[in-house]
Amino acid sequence: MLALQILANGLMLGGLYACIAAGFSLVWGVLNVINILHGSLIVLGAYVAFFAYTLWGIHPFASIAVVAALFFALGYVLQSSLINRVIGAPVLITLTLTFGLDLMLSNAMIVAFKADFRKLTLDPPLGSVSLASVVMPVDRLLAMVLALLLTGLLYLLLARSRIGRAIVAVRMDREAAALMGVDVKRIYAITFGLGALMAGAAGALLAMIFPISPIIGPVYLGKAFVVCVLGGLGSVPAVVVGGIVLGVVESFAALWFGPEHAVTVSFALLILFLLFRPTGLLGKKGYE
Amino acid sequence: MGAVGMRRELAIAAVLVALAAALPLSGDAYALRLGTTMLLYAVLAMSWNFIGGMAGYPSFASAAFFGLGAYAGAIAQTSGMPMALAWVFAGLAALVFAGLLGLALLRLRGHYFAIASLVVAEVLREVANSATDLTGGGMGLNLPVMAGMSIQGQAVLFFYAMLAAAALNFAAMLVTAHSRLGFGLRCIQQNESAADMIGVNTTLYKTAAFMLSAVFVGAAGAIYASWVNYIEPPDVFDVLYSVKAIVMVLLGGAGSLFGPLIGAAVFLGLEELVWRNLLQIHTGILGLLIVLLVLFLPRGLLSLSRRRWRAAT
Repeated sequence: MLALQILANGLMLGGLYACIAAGFSLVWGVLNVINILHGSLIVLGAYVAFFAYTLWGIHPFASIAVVAALFFALGYVLQSSLINRVIGAPVLITLTLTFGLDLMLSNAMIVAFKADFRKLTLDPPLGSVSLASVVMPVDRLLAMVLALLLTGLLYLLLARSRIGRAIVAVRMDREAAALMGVDVKRIYAITFGLGALMAGAAGALLAMIFPISPIIGPVYLGKAFVVCVLGGLGSVPAVVVGGIVLGVVESFAALWFGPEHAVTVSFALLILFLLFRPTGLLGKKGYE
Repeated sequence: MGAVGMRRELAIAAVLVALAAALPLSGDAYALRLGTTMLLYAVLAMSWNFIGGMAGYPSFASAAFFGLGAYAGAIAQTSGMPMALAWVFAGLAALVFAGLLGLALLRLRGHYFAIASLVVAEVLREVANSATDLTGGGMGLNLPVMAGMSIQGQAVLFFYAMLAAAALNFAAMLVTAHSRLGFGLRCIQQNESAADMIGVNTTLYKTAAFMLSAVFVGAAGAIYASWVNYIEPPDVFDVLYSVKAIVMVLLGGAGSLFGPLIGAAVFLGLEELVWRNLLQIHTGILGLLIVLLVLFLPRGLLSLSRRRWRAAT
């Protein structure tokens, strides 16, 4: 069955989209900042995984841990040194700031890595498994499982840990959280660090599946945004729902209208949701 | 001081236009090209000022209006419309498009409005890419060559066309700043719900501002298309047009009358002096400029001067 195969492809893609969008949604929800830098961070994570594998033979499933730690530190420093200075300023200011940072990072990557596409090819390849008539490449399947696992870990962190509860508290009411003794600026830095961590980790997973190029950052940024609007801002489950919906819709759109129109279809969906259901499918307040 | 202030502003503007109009007398091709670009940037900045500076809506739609105007003008010209008429047509096309778009998008606020307006250019680019019959798709579109005019003569013509667009744009901004519309927009910027409550028709005012931010950019896009003779989707629907417009206004001072002009001049100066020598990293330098601007000078260069040339105060 072709439809089942497309559905399976869409689900695998959707898992990755959820992971791409989780950090973006967290930063947007808690800091009220649209992090334009997110797409370029994903690409940077992909490059780290690529070079770790081609230069030192470290498998992406292993290097992802290092990427996560590095990107958390990077995000923490960016937030505490730069973005915290303009937090609370009008939308235009914070958006423009992350746009400027993104121009710097993507330009640096073009200079360092050139604008051509590279592909991380696992050796030996992992092959594929088939279930009934549905064929699934093992690397894609594992990447999806890891992506959902990471997103699940983020959910647990937010729901169970002390830091996570502080993040949720700041998201709900910054003043009240500050009165309860939460160091808001530090929570912002941790949140942005977590966002960068998720971006880098998603990049490392994507490196195994899609070609990498510095110019592809805006595409992933667009995906993250569409997922947030589809699922709704405010919770990790919303991101998972949004990601899977986008993955499935894109896969079927590519089948019905041709792959070149998949992006247009997802943008059209975005506009429709913005106009008629701006809260998304599962939008709500607070990160429960 | 309304009337007096307006008279002074008009006088300054008239001097600037006269100075600009004298530029072609120098006969220097490089100066003329730079001057035309400067006027294009001024149009981008002043137009954004309507929606971004006055109404406070973070619009990223400039690139969409610019590309739409460029394609509208180019298609009108290739199907036989006289050039000057095609420019007017392009401006009107952008105006109508912004009106329709505004009805939908201006209901959104904050981040949602910003990103939705950003997406418009992406969608139009996709459309231009796939409507091959009309736009030539990814192959781009060649404009009719002007017969019987020297290269220098053409350069002068396009310069004056851009000057006319910029002058009209400034006049519209001046009139708006001193009118009910300008007052209403500033109310919307400060508190939209309150503006609504005291009887400002916010939907109408915002849509008007959005349309004003489109019409001159659309015409300038068409003039640009005639000027460079060849357009393609990634060139005219470049998101950097939106970003540059915002950066120029922030640089000069948002909401003020001469801020966008000063921002455009300073920005073009930086672009020429610094980036032409560092082509490889020029977007990175632009990024650095944006970061420094936002962190250290969020209210623009005019905020440095003690006397604030605030519109209508």
